[in-house]
Order: sequence, then C-alpha cells, then structure tokens
Amino acid sequence: MDTVDSVFYSDHMGPSSNPLLDQLPSYQSLLYRRKPSATAGTKRRASSRTRVGSSSSWKWKVDRVDERPKVACPQRPVRELPKTMEEKRRDKEQRMEQARDLSSWEQWRQNARRSLRRLKEESLDLLSTLELWRGDIHVIEGMFGTGILSYFSFLRFLVLLNFVIFLLMFSFVMLPIIVAPHAGGNSTFNARDGGECSIYPSTSRRGLVVFHQYIADLLSGTGFLEGTYLFYGFYKVQAINYPRFTYNLPLAYVLVTIAYLFLSLIWIVKRSASGFKRKLVQDEDRFQSFCNKIFAGWDFCITNENAARLKRSSLLYELKTDLEEERTKQKIADRTRKDKCRIYVLRVVLNVFVIAVLATCFYSIYRATIFSQESQMRPTGNVILDLIYEYLPSIVITLANFITPLMFTMIIQYEDYSPAFEIRFTLMRCVFMRLASIGVLLFSLWSQITFCPGNNCSCGYNHKRYPCWESHVGQEMYKLMIFDFIIIGAVTVFVEFPRKLIVTYCDCGLAKCTIKYFIVFYIKKMTLMNNCRPATRPFRASSSNFFFLAVLLIGLALACVPVIVSIAEISCSQACGPFVNYTTSWEVVPQAVSQLPSGLSTFLFALASEPFAVTFFVITCLVMFYFIALAAAHKRVVDHLREQLVMEGKDKRFLIQKLLQAQRTSVRSPGGHSRSDRGSQSHSAAQNCSSTGGVYLVQPPVSATHV
Amino acid sequence: MGNKQTIFTDEQLDAYQDCTFFTRKEILRLHGRYHELAPHLVPMDYTNEPDVKLPLALIVNMPELKENPFRNRIVESFSEDGEGNLSFNDFVDMFSVLSEMAPRELKAIYAFKIYDFNTDNFICKEDLEKTLNKLTREELTSEEVNLVCEKAIEEADLDGDSKLSFADFENMISRAPDFLSTFHLRI
Repeated sequence: MDTVDSVFYSDHMGPSSNPLLDQLPSYQSLLYRRKPSATAGTKRRASSRTRVGSSSSWKWKVDRVDERPKVACPQRPVRELPKTMEEKRRDKEQRMEQARDLSSWEQWRQNARRSLRRLKEESLDLLSTLELWRGDIHVIEGMFGTGILSYFSFLRFLVLLNFVIFLLMFSFVMLPIIVAPHAGGNSTFNARDGGECSIYPSTSRRGLVVFHQYIADLLSGTGFLEGTYLFYGFYKVQAINYPRFTYNLPLAYVLVTIAYLFLSLIWIVKRSASGFKRKLVQDEDRFQSFCNKIFAGWDFCITNENAARLKRSSLLYELKTDLEEERTKQKIADRTRKDKCRIYVLRVVLNVFVIAVLATCFYSIYRATIFSQESQMRPTGNVILDLIYEYLPSIVITLANFITPLMFTMIIQYEDYSPAFEIRFTLMRCVFMRLASIGVLLFSLWSQITFCPGNNCSCGYNHKRYPCWESHVGQEMYKLMIFDFIIIGAVTVFVEFPRKLIVTYCDCGLAKCTIKYFIVFYIKKMTLMNNCRPATRPFRASSSNFFFLAVLLIGLALACVPVIVSIAEISCSQACGPFVNYTTSWEVVPQAVSQLPSGLSTFLFALASEPFAVTFFVITCLVMFYFIALAAAHKRVVDHLREQLVMEGKDKRFLIQKLLQAQRTSVRSPGGHSRSDRGSQSHSAAQNCSSTGGVYLVQPPVSATHV
Repeated sequence: MGNKQTIFTDEQLDAYQDCTFFTRKEILRLHGRYHELAPHLVPMDYTNEPDVKLPLALIVNMPELKENPFRNRIVESFSEDGEGNLSFNDFVDMFSVLSEMAPRELKAIYAFKIYDFNTDNFICKEDLEKTLNKLTREELTSEEVNLVCEKAIEEADLDGDSKLSFADFENMISRAPDFLSTFHLRI
C-alpha cells in the first residue's frame, strides 16, 4: 500500500507538483507542508481547514491557485490555525495589510470587533475571579484531574442553588417583615379564634435553665431556636398594610415555594442538558468505548503522582472490564435455555431478597421515628440519652445507608450481569435507598401527626402533641441535616486524617513497624471498602456529571411530592404560622385570585379548571413525542452519514488505484499518446475529485519528527 | 500595567494575544515559567527576540508534564525541529493549544500528531500499541493489547485500510465525549 500512500506526498520543488491534489477540499486538511525555508530539518505542520474555501491566508497558495477574492470571506481567527507562532504572526500581519487595503469603514469595523473581543475576554477573566472557590477547584483539577473536579464543581453548584433559594425566601418572606416597621407599614397578625386548636404553648424556657439545655436546644431545634426565623411557627404575620397596597404574606409564602421549585428544576435541567444531548446522539451501548479510552482517556491535567497512579490503574481496570464485557457478551450469546432459566430464577430470588432488605430498613426507620417521637413527649432527664433518642431516626438512616451498599455490591456479583450494567444497577439501588429512606421518615412523621387517640382529629391533626406541626417537621429535617454534616466531618477527621498521619509520619522500630503495618492494613481495607471503591471504578468525566445531575433531578422530583401534598392536602396548624385562617395552605391562592378584577380572575380560574388541564397535558405529550421522533430521526441520519463516509473513502481509494494503474501503463509507453492519455486522465480525475495525474512517485520526505 | 514590564514590547504582547488564547497576564506568567526552567539560558528581556531553545529534558520535567505518559511526544510535536527543543514561541503555542479555550478541531489536529509515533500521517496498529503501552505501563498482556488495538481500529476506521487517517481520527474524536475535557493542560 506504500505506492498508494506515496501519492499523497509531493515534492513542492517543481511547478508540476500536484496543483489538483492541493485543490481538493479534503486534502487541504490533510496536507503536510514542508517549511519553505533554508533550515536543515524539514518541519511538518498540518494545514488549516479553511471554511469557505478561502485560501487568502496562505501566501504561497495565493500565487499558485486561482485567485480568490480576498475580502469578506469568513476567516478563522489566527489563533485557531494549527501553525507555529511565526507563521501565525505572519498571517496576522498579512491580514492587517489586507485590512489596510480596505476602506476605512471596514478597518474601523475590524478594529471595533477586535477590541470588543479583547474587552469580552478581560471581563470574563474578571468575572471568573469572582467565582466561588475558583482557586481551590483549580488546584484540585490540577492535581487530581477532571473526574474529581466534576464532583467538586457539582458541590459548588449545589451551594449556589441553595443560596439562591435562600435569597428568594428571605427577600419575599422575611424582608417585608423586617422592613415593615421602618417603611411605614403595619402588620396585622393572625386572629386567634381562641378555640382549642390554636393553643400554642410557648417554647422558650423560663426560669433557671441549665446551660447544656441550650446546647441540646441548638442541636434539636427546640426551645429558643423554635421561635426564630428558622422555623415556620415564627411567621405569624397575616398581612402588611402599606398606604397604597397590602402585602399578602401567606400568598407570598406559597408562591415563593412554588417559584423556587421551578427555578431548581430549570437550572438543573439546563445544566444537565449538554451531557444529555451527547447521550441521546451517541449510541448507549459502548459504541466507541475503546477509542474513547485510548485517545481521550488520560486526563492531561493530572500532576499528582498518586492521582496519576490511580488514573492509570482505573484506565487499566476499565480496559479490562471492557474486554471482559466483550467476553460476557459472547458468553451470553452462548447461553443455553437451561442456563437462562437458572439465571432468571436466581435473579428473581435475589431481587426479592433485596426488596426484603429494603423493606426491613424502611420498617426500622419507621419504628425508630415513632419511638423517637414518643420519647420526645416523655423526656428522661438525661441530656445525652434524650439527644440520642431525638437523633435516632437520623442514626438509623445513616446506618442503613452504610450497610446496604455493601450488601448490594455483594449480591450483584451473583446476578451475572455485564460489568457496566452491574455498576449502574448497584448505584441505582443505593440512590433509591437514600431517597426512599427520607421519604419513609416523612411518611412516618405524617402518620404520627395525623394520629389522634380515638381516631377523630378535631383539628385535622393531633393538636395536643403537635400544636405547630410544620415547625416540628422542620426540626426533624434540621436534625437530619446536622447529623449528616457531623458524620461527614467525623469520617474525614477520624478516619482519613489519622490514616494519612499513620502512613506518612509514623517512624518506628522493627516490631512497631509490623504492628503499624498490621493496623494500616485494616484501616486501608476499611477505607478501601468505603471510599476508594468508587475511585477505582470511576465514571467518565462527562457522564458522571450527568449522573450527579440526574440523581439531583430525581431527588427534586421526590422532594416535590411531600411539598405538594402538604400544601394542597394537609390541614395547616391553626396555632402558628401564616395560614391560621385557612384550612389548607393552597386556599390562600384562590382567595387572592378572587379578589382580583373579575376578568383576570375568571381567566385564572379557567386556567385551573379540568378542560384546560387536559388540553395542556395532551399538547405537552404531543410536543414530547415530536422531540422524541426528532431525536430518533437525527440518530438515523447520523448512521446514514457515517455509512456514506465509509463509501466515499472506499471510492477514493478505488479511484486512486485505478489512476496509478493508468499512470503505470502510460509511463511504460511514453510518447504523445501517453501524454494526451495522461492529460485526459488527469482531466477526468480532476472531475472525479480524486488524485492527480502527473504525480511523481517520490519517497516520503524525511521527517525530522521521526522518533 | 503594560508599561511596567520590560520583558516584551507592547507590540509583541499584542501579537501573542492575537495568536494564542492567552491574556497579557498569562503570557507574562508563562514567560516566568519558561525562565525558571533555565534561568541562565533564558533572558529576561525578550524585546529583541533572542533565539533561545530549551531541550526536551528540561521541558518534560515540568510539574504539569511530569506525570503525562505522552510528554515526550507532546513536546516533540510542538517543536520546530521535531527533536523537542522548544523556543518560547513554541512553548506558548503548546500551552495555548492545550488550554481550555482552544477549539476541538485545533486540538484534534495536534492530538493526531501526538499519537502518530512514527509520523507517517497515519495511526497504524503499532502506534496504537505504543499508545496503549504508555497508558497502562505495559500491564496488559500482549494478547489483550492486540485485542484492544484491533477493536479500536474496527471502531474508528472508515475507509477500511486498517489504520486511522486524520479523517478517521477526527470523525472519531468528534464523537468522543471526554476529549475536550481531558485534552487540556492547566498552567
């Protein structure tokens, strides 16, 4: 095949060297050009791909090939050309010279464009210095690569999202309350109707209080904390009356809640859109896995030796997994019917076992919650024991989330799936476990709140135990959050840090070393089981980003459910909060709408009616189906184009071969006949956009980059 | 700010800004890094464009490149003589192409050059095997290496010559989701 390849190399010394070859659009991207200088070595640089065939940026080409109009072709910016710095500078100077030929208007426009671009770059630079944790994330990326980076930038995204939600709530709900006295508005408070549902015993402690009681209060959100901004019960304001309008606080509360849920949804979807787009267009089933791992597998950002070692071993592991996957596919194809039956039965049994485990965990969370609630009603007096009882649900949830992944990874080995599916399935199970455990906590709380002795709740909820149930739910969430935070901190401080200390700083005698390595072995094994396992089986940088966001989306959807149920269905407590005068929180919206001018209010009521909802749903389904069909069509087009590319390549090679044959025969028989032959050959070849006539079979120029 | 430094003329900095993806500050910082690689060789004053080249051995020991299995090929691809001797222009060029603002097409061209070990403008099976061995430090058995290379060529080769031309490579890279995020150096 060398004779064919040598067609592509040409010696640019003589004028008869392949002008047709150079004109081919595809070859302009492949052409390796020799440096037209007197330096000893030859240098190869790939040529640039000019967009609209404008070759005005090539000095020598302009002389040779047909003159093309020099102005108004969309040129690539100089910095995007794959040339050396000197060549780029020359190009730039050349372009500036050309620009001088243009009218002053054109010149001004180009200058304006350039300075605008500079300005944009500088401002982007400035803006990025304001980014949160930019320096730290920089360092992390530099040391550990983009896989770990995606986790930290995801964390940063979470912080930003939560901060924006807080800002929304603060500015629409709390700020009016704080500002009202100063801005001349007077707030009207809830009218307590004096019924037994609205009795709200004060939660602030009186008299002599032991100091550690305050700490217990801080940790559980009761006592002094309960009356603060943190919890729902504080918002007693009904409306704030300004001279010109009335600010309806309950309405604001409901609308802001809905608004921030929507905002989170849109922001998360936008952020995950790019990863999802790629997933849609690409085939899911490992279409290019090997190439991707070899050419885009090594993260060039890694500078830390340990991280490099880890990355190398993870790449190795991935490659081996892929090979194993191929073997598994083969094995699956070879399975007999008996094997299949056996495997399916085994899978069903194991899945039933997994469901049983999950059910046990959920039931234990339920019981722990109920026990914790009941023991809160009867404090034992021992502060530590009380705290433990209060935190019991959180402890049980954390324990469950610690044990179940280990169990799942053990079980999945027997289910005989392909390695890729194994990882995904295990992760799905773990994620489901985490989200569902919070759901179970909420459900058990709700069942406690709506359980009244004698089975009739006069106020819709158990008002004796929970005069202000929203605050109570808030307290449970607060405890869960604090416990999660403590666990993360404790694991880092008490497990990782000593491990590093022991490994790096312990210098000891021989016997002590044995003991040290003994201990280190167990510690390493423990952390390997908990922490390092995800690291040696990493997801690719892009797809792991998408996975985080997908989990976040599912979490958001699941979090919406209790919020919606509590707004629309559950009767609000009548002793505290802004919704004292309504049965459910949602009621405030229809009431506010009915106070609007009649045209607008009928319109809004129509929006909420059934016919509109059904129509809206149908239209949304139609739009969704349209986009699904569009995506499928794009995929088909991509496949088709790929096949076309293959065909074109084959055509080209065929024609080149034919041409060579023709040249060989014409070289063998020299004379005018052959020249005209060659001429006609090259003519037809040029028409076919294939290789050229008159090619000299030279050996490939000696490359100085040859290693 | 631009008046205080005496390393480059304003014109030179302008040219660098236009020809690379760096800002003035970054170019000056790059010069600092270049200088500290060989303080006695590299002059602080570049206004008259001295012809100084640093050898391969110095550049591949930079912390950014030290752990990279392809560091030799990277430096060779950006050197004019192909031996890995980088002038400051080549140095800046290298980091500019490998920065995160460089477009995919540009990176693909240089990636192809880097992975083409025998510089025959094709990534043949031997090139692939060398790449793989550098990546995994030869911890795969030769049979596995063979299998992986065959599969890779099968995936990417469009014109059926059992090696990857630039067109094949570019087509494959445009569909590789990680390429842009992994093929970049931070300096």
